[in-house]
Amino acid sequence: MAKRIAIAACLTAAVAAPFLISGFHTFQLTQILVYAIALLGLNLLTGYSGQISLGHGAFFAIGAYVTAIMLDHAWLPYWATVPLAGLVCFAIGFAFGLPALRLEGPYLALATFALAIATPQILKHDKLESWTGGVQGIVLDKPEGPFTGLLDPDQWLYFVTLVAVIALYVAAWNLVRGRTGRALVAIRDHPLAAATMGIDTALYKTTTFGLSAMYTGVAGALGALLTGFVSPDSFTILVSINFLVGMVVGGVASIAGNFFGAAFIVILPNIAGDISDSAPWAIYGVILIVLMILMPRGIAGVVRAVAARRPST
Amino acid sequence: MEALLHQVMLGISNGAIYGGVALALVMIFKSTHHVNFAQGELAMFTTYVSWTLIQAGVPYWAAFALTLMFAFALAAAIQGLILQRVQHAPVLVVVIVFIGLLIFLNSMASWIFGTTIKPFPSPFAVDAWYGTAYFSPHQVGMTVVTLATLAAVYGFFRYTRLGLAMRAAAINPISSRLVGVRVDLMLALCWGFAGLLGAVAGMMAAPMFYLAPDLMSGILVYALAAALLGGIDNPWGAPIGGFIVGVAENLAGSYLVGTQIRLSVALLIIVVVLLFKPSGLFGRKSVVRV
Repeated sequence: MAKRIAIAACLTAAVAAPFLISGFHTFQLTQILVYAIALLGLNLLTGYSGQISLGHGAFFAIGAYVTAIMLDHAWLPYWATVPLAGLVCFAIGFAFGLPALRLEGPYLALATFALAIATPQILKHDKLESWTGGVQGIVLDKPEGPFTGLLDPDQWLYFVTLVAVIALYVAAWNLVRGRTGRALVAIRDHPLAAATMGIDTALYKTTTFGLSAMYTGVAGALGALLTGFVSPDSFTILVSINFLVGMVVGGVASIAGNFFGAAFIVILPNIAGDISDSAPWAIYGVILIVLMILMPRGIAGVVRAVAARRPST
Repeated sequence: MEALLHQVMLGISNGAIYGGVALALVMIFKSTHHVNFAQGELAMFTTYVSWTLIQAGVPYWAAFALTLMFAFALAAAIQGLILQRVQHAPVLVVVIVFIGLLIFLNSMASWIFGTTIKPFPSPFAVDAWYGTAYFSPHQVGMTVVTLATLAAVYGFFRYTRLGLAMRAAAINPISSRLVGVRVDLMLALCWGFAGLLGAVAGMMAAPMFYLAPDLMSGILVYALAAALLGGIDNPWGAPIGGFIVGVAENLAGSYLVGTQIRLSVALLIIVVVLLFKPSGLFGRKSVVRV
């Protein structure tokens, strides 16, 4: 019951928020929601099926570019590009998941790491320039909602993102709580035992990779709509590292933790950026190392531990 | 033909650098079974230290030696202070710690030394006698220095007592401890040597690619490809893999895919090796007992 009240309170706050805060803060809040989707995607893969990806920035980039290209050529309305970006990323993720199946632990990390480093170069390639706009990238117009008098574009986009977040989170929640989630955790914890129990490890692993890429692709598409600009240099390896930081800070294999993680990676650069441009990254580095040594369950883990300490009624 | 030969030679000298970093990766993998994603940034950071020394007026080879000592100490300290604590942690934890190190070193370098590209001096005179039409003196010098370092490291591991103890600690930590080898110290020393190899590669690469905080990020990917191609548990495979990757990258860059997406060649090599021959060309197949 308490949980339901908490969720209802969160939702009310989320709906009221854009009317109470400034335009820039609405933008930031939308950014947090976008990252929360991407982190959820990464967490499905890493937290639940135990595959390590350092290359989710690549899927974020693909999602963003699908939306940007579709809008640039006016082939689709903006709202239709988001599911399309998800589908494209699902297909690519599934295809990448097929070889990734055979790679374990550090080797998958290594292959995805190389993918993330190579992505900006591929996006800059001459042959793709007529689509991707080369180094310059593509500038997009912010979509205007149907209620132009009532909501400004920032607020409209916030609600679009919020709907996507709710739909995707409910889907993920059901996925990990049910049979599939248990199968994934079994594969993560003991692949051999899972296979013996009749779980099709290959199918589950590739599908998870595809789903994870899909979530991240949807986030990329929404992110492109939000910033109104895509270019190869906005999708360097740092994007993937950002996701990793967010996931670790929020807590691996925690659904709610993704929001803490997303808020962290959006807000920290704003605070620490005053010291120096490289300061946030230095802090990220220290946080990653310290958290992994002292608090491997992240913020959500601490919250859970504190909650567990209280006597339940 | 002339151009082809030129590209092959360029590939060989680049390959020497990749091989050096690859060997550093192999050493850490053999001793701790970790893939060191921060290897490149470690090398970049130490190269900045040597740049600072040279700017301060220290003669090149003195700065070179001082940097090697610094790199050795830094790498050994990282193993002793940080990696030691997660030695037996799950792979995810270890990978994240390495990524943390990677961005920490990278951002500290841009913070301390700035992000502007800096020219880096070469110790080999432009008109030295050993330069040829295909091989500039720096390329010759850098290939020789890298190979000499590899030989020295090999000799150390093969012929000294300490080297033997380090190999023992890597292969069988428990038995080594029982016969009185200080395993923790040995692993830190292994890291030190890996840091030293990286520093040599960084200082040799900087005159060719200019010094910037992202100097080694591309080189690391090629080195990963080289280490995998040669077999990540075989020290001999690393330099050979390095030369193959260097030549393949240059040839593919000039004749097949264009220079723009050279890094994708490394990505392709990594994926193909992992899929079809995960043990690499010279590596041992690993068998897991269940």
